[in-house]
Amino acid sequence: MERLRLWIQALWFFLSNGYWAFPVSGTLYQGPLKVLCSPGLNCYSCPAATTFCPVGSLQQLLLGVRLSLQNGQAYVGSYVVGCMGLLGTVFGRLICGWACPFGLVQELLHRIPSPKVPIPKGLAWGKHLVLLFLVVLLPLTVLDDFGLGLPWFCKFLCPAGTLEAGLPMLLLMPDLRPAAGILYLYKLSVLALVLLWSVASFRPFCRTLCPLGAFYGLFNRVSLIRLKFDADNCTKCGACRRICPVDIRVDRSPNSGECIRCLRCCTEACQFDALAVEIAGHVWQARPVPPEQPVR
Amino acid sequence: MRTKKRTFVPRRTPLVLLLVFLLLLLAGIAVNEPARVLEQARSVCLPCIGIG
Repeated sequence: MERLRLWIQALWFFLSNGYWAFPVSGTLYQGPLKVLCSPGLNCYSCPAATTFCPVGSLQQLLLGVRLSLQNGQAYVGSYVVGCMGLLGTVFGRLICGWACPFGLVQELLHRIPSPKVPIPKGLAWGKHLVLLFLVVLLPLTVLDDFGLGLPWFCKFLCPAGTLEAGLPMLLLMPDLRPAAGILYLYKLSVLALVLLWSVASFRPFCRTLCPLGAFYGLFNRVSLIRLKFDADNCTKCGACRRICPVDIRVDRSPNSGECIRCLRCCTEACQFDALAVEIAGHVWQARPVPPEQPVR
Repeated sequence: MRTKKRTFVPRRTPLVLLLVFLLLLLAGIAVNEPARVLEQARSVCLPCIGIG
């Protein structure tokens, strides 16, 4: 199952970044697919990006909401929130585990052999604060002289934007290079920190800072795809807890907002049918086959 | 890996949420928000890449 997940993550990576003519065209993709919402965190300023980033677009709409309302245009983010909400209601954080390009980058880095460090549970709140303040409140309320706000998350934090857009766009557009100053160096430092942290810890950005993960996590308990725990079958062996890469007590909160639905607990750990995947009410049990006894 | 199907138990909450977000999405389409989103996504966001 882990191999299948890796392939699906790679597929989504290339679907979200499928415009490989950018070295020839010298600019980013400008076609009609960009009206579609990227399920995962994927900067739309990436020259290969084929879809829009929901977090980036939401901020852009919120920071200009006053001006658009003054002009009689009700661009308040309902299309973007509608897309995000539909994805969240169907998949929850399954998207994080299976379709997020930046999540894939972090997972691949975590495969580098090194001492591994757990992430303190308290840091998980960080992503909710990022969602509330950097994505919603600050773009809405901190305005310049023209009545426009800033995309605070994209500008001051998003490492996916630096990796997928900041680096390639400066390579692609030499005219931009003189404009890269302290902010650019700061964003490179944030990216470097996140990438280094990813080697030591499993998906640190997703678990502590990602606003999209925080949003999808709100749906984990109610999404159409979720985990089902059968306490009667549970032997408290702890196999699910030991295998969980994001350190969840699956037997206590199988639909925690922290779960990225890698499904390793179901497919690799539980031998007793205590865990299953519920897909729109249908229960799918995928349990590992116990090793066969040697024939004598 | 063995698989088996169990019972079908429909839930109301996700259906309500689907309806709410579908209405939001349609409201956005009604005010032509996708065109604005497309316009933004077609241009380079300089703050996003650390410039400006």
